[in-house]
Amino acid sequence: MSEPTTTATMQAADGTPLKVSLARALRRQKMRALLLIAPLLGFILLGFVFPIGQMLFRSVENDVVRDTLPTTIEALENWDSTSNEAPPEEVFAALAADLQVAVDTKAHTVLGRRLNFEYSGITTLFRKIGRDVEDWDLATDGPFAPRFEDSDDEWLDPDLWRAVLAYSDRYTSGYYLAAIDKTMVNGVIESRPADQSLHLMLFGRTAWMSVLICFCTLLLGYPIAFLLATLKARHANLLLILVLLPFWTSLLVRTSAWKVLLQEQGVINDLLVAIGLLADDGRLQLINNKLGVIIAMTHILLPFMILPLYSVMKTIPPSYVRAAKSLGATDWTAFWRVYFPQSVPGIGAGAILVFILAVGYYITPELVGGPSGSFISNRIAYQWSGAGNWGLVGALGAILLVAVLILYWVYDKIVGIDNVKLG
Amino acid sequence: MKLTTTILDAASAIALASVATAGSHMANEMTIVSWGGAYSASQQAAYHDPYIANSGIAIINDESSGDAVAKLRAMNEAGNVTWDLVDVEAADGMRLCDEGLAMEIDFDTQLAPGDDGSTATDDFGDMLVSDCFIPQIVFSTTFGYRTDMVPEGAAAPTDACAVFDLDTYPGNRALNKRPIGNMEWALLCDGVAIEDVYDTLETDEGIARAFAKLDTIKAVTRWWTAGAETPQLLADGEIFMGSTYNGRLFSVIAEQNQPVGMAWGYQMLDIDGWIIPTGLADDRLARTLDYVYFATDTQRLADQAKYISYGPARASSAPLVGDHATLGIPMAPHMPTDPANMTGAFVTNYLWWADYRDELDAKFQAWLAQ
Repeated sequence: MSEPTTTATMQAADGTPLKVSLARALRRQKMRALLLIAPLLGFILLGFVFPIGQMLFRSVENDVVRDTLPTTIEALENWDSTSNEAPPEEVFAALAADLQVAVDTKAHTVLGRRLNFEYSGITTLFRKIGRDVEDWDLATDGPFAPRFEDSDDEWLDPDLWRAVLAYSDRYTSGYYLAAIDKTMVNGVIESRPADQSLHLMLFGRTAWMSVLICFCTLLLGYPIAFLLATLKARHANLLLILVLLPFWTSLLVRTSAWKVLLQEQGVINDLLVAIGLLADDGRLQLINNKLGVIIAMTHILLPFMILPLYSVMKTIPPSYVRAAKSLGATDWTAFWRVYFPQSVPGIGAGAILVFILAVGYYITPELVGGPSGSFISNRIAYQWSGAGNWGLVGALGAILLVAVLILYWVYDKIVGIDNVKLG
Repeated sequence: MKLTTTILDAASAIALASVATAGSHMANEMTIVSWGGAYSASQQAAYHDPYIANSGIAIINDESSGDAVAKLRAMNEAGNVTWDLVDVEAADGMRLCDEGLAMEIDFDTQLAPGDDGSTATDDFGDMLVSDCFIPQIVFSTTFGYRTDMVPEGAAAPTDACAVFDLDTYPGNRALNKRPIGNMEWALLCDGVAIEDVYDTLETDEGIARAFAKLDTIKAVTRWWTAGAETPQLLADGEIFMGSTYNGRLFSVIAEQNQPVGMAWGYQMLDIDGWIIPTGLADDRLARTLDYVYFATDTQRLADQAKYISYGPARASSAPLVGDHATLGIPMAPHMPTDPANMTGAFVTNYLWWADYRDELDAKFQAWLAQ
C-alpha cells in the first residue's frame, strides 16, 4: 500500500482501505473460532494424536539392544550368522565390557526381558552373568568365552546370537511380524509354529463375530426403529424410553446380568428344565463361548443400531409409501422398492457404528467369552498388563487401527460416506 | 483406576497434628498399593491401623496390584511415581527388580530382626527370592469342591489330581486362565515327579504331555482370570471343583458357610510381599522404610493371620498365629503352611517361569483357543 490512495479505492469508515479492514475482521473471526475450538483441539492432540503416535512409535522402536551392547553389536558384524559356530572371542570380550557398564543401571536385565520375547531363557542368562561379570578384570581375565561358558553353556549357542543380531537395529519389524504370527530368522520371514500362532486367528474371529453381531443388531433393530418411526408420538416416546433405558445402564451391570441369565445354573436353563424342555443333566451351554458373546454384545450394541435407523426413518415422508400403494404396489413391493432404499443411510450409519465399537470390545468378551469367545483386545490387554510386551501391544493396536481405517475406506467406496446419516 | 481413600477418621486428625512436628523429616502421607477386598482389609487391620495410631501418617489405599508392573512402568516412563509401596506376587517382584523399577533392600538393616533374636535374613530364609522383594505371606493356589456334589459312595477329593478324575467326580471344573500351576498339576497328576516337572516342561514332548492331560477336562472347564470367580462358581453350583487362592476358599467355607471343602494336596505355594519403587524422594523413602520396618516385624505378620488364612513369611511369626479375630476359630489349620496341608505341596519355580512364561503362555492361549 505504498502508492497514495486514490479516490477510486473503497475505504472503510475509519479511512483504511476496505480490503485491509475486511481481511482484519476475517482474521479476527478466524482467531476467535480457533480459540473456541482450542480446548477441543488441545484435548484431541493430547488425548488422541499423541498417544496413538506413541503407540505407533513403540511398535517399531528397539533402542535397548544397541544402547546396552554397543561394542558387542559392532564386534558381531564380523561373525558369520549363518554358520553353526559361536562368535569369536572378541565378541565375548566386548560383551563383558558392555555388561560391566550395564549392571550399574540394571540395563542388562531389562535387555534380558526384551530378548526373552524372542528366545526363551535369556532372562536367566543375563541375570546370572550380571552377577559374575562384576568381579571380572577386563584387562587380565581374558579369554572370556570360557568364562561365559562357565556361567551357562547356552552362551555358545549360535541361535542365541542370531536372536541378538536380529534385534540389534534401532528400529525393528519384529513386533509387527510377531503380531501376524511370523518371525525373522537370518533375514528370512518364517511362520511361527502352529502351536504358538494366535493373533491371526484372533483378528479373524474378532472381525467375523463383529460382522455377525452387526447383522444381529440390524435384524432386531430394524423392526423396532420402524415401529418407533411410524407409531403415534405418545406410544413412540414410551418405546424410545425402553430402548434408552438399557443404553443408560452400565455396561458392566448388563454384562453381569447376562451371566446370571445364561449360566448353566442360571435363569434360562432353570426355566427350560422346570417346564420339562431340558433334562437336568442336559443343560445348555449358553455362556463362556461365542454364543454368549454374540447374545450379550447384540443386546448391548442394539441402541447404536436403533437410534441412527430411527432418526433416518423419521425423515422418510409416509406419503411416498402411500403413493406407491395407490399406484398398485403390494405392501412388500412398496416397502422393498420405496421405503427400504430410503432407510439405507441409517443402516449404513448404524452398521459402521456397531461394527467399529464391536471390533474394539474388551469387557464383554472377557466376562462372558471364555477361551473360545475372546477377542483380539483381550489379548492386547494381556500383553500390556500381564506379559509387559508393549511393543507387541503397539503393533497389534496399529494393525487393528489400520484395519478399521481400510474398512472405512472400502465402505466409502461402496456405499459412500456421504450417504451415512445420523439424522 | 479404582482409588479408595481410607484415611483417618476425625479422631486421629488430632494425632496427626501432634506428630506433625515429630515426623517433620518424613512425608506425612503415603500411597500403598494392594489387591483390595478381604486381603486389603487384613492389611488395614494388622498393619495400617496400628501404624496410623502410632505415627499419625495418612495412608491412601490403591487397589492396583493386579496391574502393578504395567502401571509402575508407565509411571516411571512419565517420570512421576506416585506410589510409595506396592504389594505384588514374588514373580512380579522379580520382574520389577529386573527392570530396575523396584529398589534393592538390605534386609538385615532395613527390616526388623525376628523377635526370637534371628536376623531378618535368617527369619525369612528361603522366602527371600529377590533382592527387591520383602515377603509378607505365603499363599497357595489350591482346590475347593462342593461337598454336596460328591457322588454317593465316593470319598471326598483330597488333592489337586481329583480335578482330572472325571470318572469318580463328574461335573464342571474351574482353572486359572494361565499356564502357571495348570502345567505343573497336569504333569504331577500324570505321574511326573515334582523335581522333574520343570525339566519336562522344557521339552516339546513334555508340553504336549501336559496339554494332553489338560485336554481330558478341557470341555468341562471354566477359565478364570480373577480369584473371586471360583468361589462364585462354587457357590452357584456351576462347578464341582475349582482352583483359587486358599484365602478365598477360607472365606467361602468359614465366613459364608457354603458347602465347600478343601482339597489341599499338591497345593501350589507362592509368596506375596512388598516392593518399594525406585527413585522416591528422600522424605518419602524414609517414611516408607519406617512403615515397612514396622509392618513386616514378627508380631505384625502374625497379626495378619487373624484376618485372613495366609501364612506369615517369617519363621518367628508362626508360633504367634492365633484365632480368627471375629470367628474365634484357630487359624493354624487353615494356613497353607500347616503340616497337615503340605502333602505334595510345591513352590512355583519363579526363575523358570521368568524364562519360559512368554513362550508357554503363547502356547497355552493357542491351545485354549483351539
